[in-house]
Amino acid sequence: MKKHFSYLTNGIIKENPVLRLVLGTCPTLAVTTAAVNGIGMGVAATLVLLGSNIAISALRKFIPDKVRIPAYITIIAGFVTIVQMLVKAFLPTIDASLGIFLPLIVVNCIILGRAEMFASKNSILPSVLDAIGMGIGFTATLTLMGSIRELIGAGTLFGFPITQQFISPMVIMLLPPGGFFVFGILVALSNKLATKAGKEPVKNLGCSSCPMASSCANKKEAE
Amino acid sequence: MTTTIVSILLAGLLTENMVLSKFLGICPFLGTSKKFDTAFSMSLAVTAVMVIATAVTYPLYAFVLLPLNLAYLQTIVFILVIAALVQFLETVLKKYAKPIYESLGIYLPLITTNCAVLGITLLNFTKGYNFFESIINALSAGLGFMLALVIFAGIRQKVDESDIPEGLKGLPITLIAASIVSLSFLGFAGIGG
Repeated sequence: MKKHFSYLTNGIIKENPVLRLVLGTCPTLAVTTAAVNGIGMGVAATLVLLGSNIAISALRKFIPDKVRIPAYITIIAGFVTIVQMLVKAFLPTIDASLGIFLPLIVVNCIILGRAEMFASKNSILPSVLDAIGMGIGFTATLTLMGSIRELIGAGTLFGFPITQQFISPMVIMLLPPGGFFVFGILVALSNKLATKAGKEPVKNLGCSSCPMASSCANKKEAE
Repeated sequence: MTTTIVSILLAGLLTENMVLSKFLGICPFLGTSKKFDTAFSMSLAVTAVMVIATAVTYPLYAFVLLPLNLAYLQTIVFILVIAALVQFLETVLKKYAKPIYESLGIYLPLITTNCAVLGITLLNFTKGYNFFESIINALSAGLGFMLALVIFAGIRQKVDESDIPEGLKGLPITLIAASIVSLSFLGFAGIGG
């Protein structure tokens, strides 16, 4: 039971996909111009992750090792299409603000990374818990970043005016430079907290957590 | 016609730079910009795959998926085409162009999951470009990617040698440097509009 609980909490803090594994940076930077977008992106990616983790974990004994990456990508693309259609039909405003990043969940490294590193090695229940944990971690980080950028950049939070009246909003936070800047500061803060807790700080966008590492690491050795 | 081409080129290179304003392909941007050589090879491989992927996916969508009312399969079909294409390129280069394979080969598998490639094939349709404009768009996006990576590789080499506060070392300072580069690219806004 305790073990199962740790699968769930793993993704939220200890291996937070954005701040500790540094995966899925593109959507993190692109859609976090408002807190609502962060939640929308997070929930959409979580649904895809949940579906793909279940399917890949259930099929892990049938997928031949050599073609596993294309197989995973096809499974993920199927779930992305379903989520894309649902969002288009029921949440058209979220669809408009996420734009191209909704179909791009297919190439989100978090999902392929969890398929390669977790779902392909574990049974269904742990994979479900892992997907939920990672999903919550991703959603929470995106919402936090969206809130910071929205508060400084527009003076609102989830659309409600907070500091709009007395501090003039700094629009730069909503533009691309603000995204890079807030993310840099957040990584620095999470590194600080990690060092205090006795963990290694994140120095690089390492190959260690990249889902494609296995396919290119061999070639580097061969050189 | 010429004005369209020029404005697409300028948008891809400067005002709508793939990495610095569209946030596509951040992983290779941060991962392979440590050295000038790797940055250049990676972006060359990305540009080539982008152009070829556009040349394949555009007719596939316009002449197969749309007439058959299968437009909703766009994402699945495109990612499979890109994955197959990358594999195909790798095999062909390995067999017939050993030197190119040796310098670009290790980046090829990474390109399958590069969101810039899938992104550009999808963006061609959201922007309503025709076949020729799409090819130009893919080329200029690839060159914009190269510009960002090469500029940033130079900056990172300087950053690595400077004295940085302990807490900001590594990834945080890289992201803040990227923020400043992206700020300077904002200055191009309006060019070629």
